[in-house]
Amino acid sequence: MDNENIIINNTENAEETAEIIAETVSETETAPANPAFEKYSQRTHIIGRIASGIVLIMLLGAPFIMGLFLGAMPDLGAVGKGFLSVGLIWTISSVVEYLVYTPMLGAGGGYLAFITGNLINMKIPCAINARDIVGAKSGTAENEIISTLSIATSSLVTIVVLALGVLLLAPLQPVLQSPALQPAFENVVPALFGAMAYKYFRGNMKIAAAPLLIMSALFVLVPSLTGSTSFMIIPSGIMAIGLSFIYFKAQQKKNADK
Amino acid sequence: MNILSQLNSVPMYMICGGIVMFVALVCLVFMVRAYRAGKAIGMDTSKMKRAIIASATFSILPGVGILLGVIALSGSLGTPWPWLRLSVIGALHYETQVAQAAAEQVGMNTLSSAEMTPKAFTTIALLMSVCIMWGMVLSIFFNKRYSKKLTGDDKPEKKKGPGFGDSAMTAMFIGLVCAYIGSYLGNFVSGNGNFTFTGNWMPLAVAAVSALTMAGFIWLQEKKKQAWVESFSVAGSMILGMAAAVLLGMAF
Repeated sequence: MDNENIIINNTENAEETAEIIAETVSETETAPANPAFEKYSQRTHIIGRIASGIVLIMLLGAPFIMGLFLGAMPDLGAVGKGFLSVGLIWTISSVVEYLVYTPMLGAGGGYLAFITGNLINMKIPCAINARDIVGAKSGTAENEIISTLSIATSSLVTIVVLALGVLLLAPLQPVLQSPALQPAFENVVPALFGAMAYKYFRGNMKIAAAPLLIMSALFVLVPSLTGSTSFMIIPSGIMAIGLSFIYFKAQQKKNADK
Repeated sequence: MNILSQLNSVPMYMICGGIVMFVALVCLVFMVRAYRAGKAIGMDTSKMKRAIIASATFSILPGVGILLGVIALSGSLGTPWPWLRLSVIGALHYETQVAQAAAEQVGMNTLSSAEMTPKAFTTIALLMSVCIMWGMVLSIFFNKRYSKKLTGDDKPEKKKGPGFGDSAMTAMFIGLVCAYIGSYLGNFVSGNGNFTFTGNWMPLAVAAVSALTMAGFIWLQEKKKQAWVESFSVAGSMILGMAAAVLLGMAF
């Protein structure tokens, strides 16, 4: 199966996953109506839309403004061809990310995360970790606030780290690019997911065991799939949610019997 | 003036820096509003502060990792543009791939300053923006409706009782972690041919060290009642995992 087929199949799966998440969350949990939170929520959407729109215009306009200084405008024909050859894949990938990750990020967090990027390797684990630390429940006002605080903090820290890094680029470059430190920076994501795996698997082994085994078997048998790991999240997530739902229903039945 | 001097000139820094500053301002506005709204609905401010501290410590190391992406791209695209892209909207693994693909579209053999021209640069920059803007576009048009659906605000009747939503979020995240851990295992076992066990073992080893460190932090937290370690447990585990990568890299 080539990458595009994987992406198309997974887009369909992502829509199903998003539907499952949306249905399950809305079926069972809702934040109690609070006028202050309602007002906050309404304004979040207004500010989020305006901010996203302005950033979008800035990002698309920047190459043209830079072109004025450099004396060369972008070749729109090449951009069109390039978009058809590589951009469509990223577009589909963005749709998948949007459908799957918005439920984890919340409304305010969603606007910020899609403006600032680095979702899988930073924003999602960061928001989940913060939510876990304070014990916020999905679909609640508390979760929305914590998620927004977490993603805003994470984005600001990244902006500061990058700004300092750029400012100190000359002295930092030899240190950061030294061969001895390369294995560390090449393995930031495994270091992150190793820690998160222990934290989340230990209390949920019944849910984690099957997806972990099946994913491991798939990657071992079809090693080329490692290039599509971000898309393999979808079937893995569906499996975990399905198992979680079965245990949730079983627990509900047990409680009702009592 | 050579191309890199042009791409690293003051006007380029001003254009990119201006956008980065605007995004920082947006983050600050969201942060202050969320904090105030939390207080207004009666949330415990210590909880919000814990979330902020945990998220800040959590983000430093991945932030340094992203800085390496800026350095890697700065050799061909100058510093300001990769700085902007990786501060705003971009993702480390996407940017390098899209930049490479965009370079091929403008007729370059490889993404390098030797082949770079002002026209190639502006074309690559625009293509990078167009390729990775869709999450933001979808947010503008669908975030409100999708969020309402997720919180059930569009439904007139609401059920009471503990919900599955929380478990669904955790399960989705577990699925995400399973996919990555599985890929590390697959890469090691079959990365250089099926069942040869000669592939890249480093990610698996780093994940294992990081997981063990997290186990230590949780032990401190639960058995030794050191609750303060919770905010630093992920960052601490990552540091030891990455340190293990350096030591293993030197040893093997």
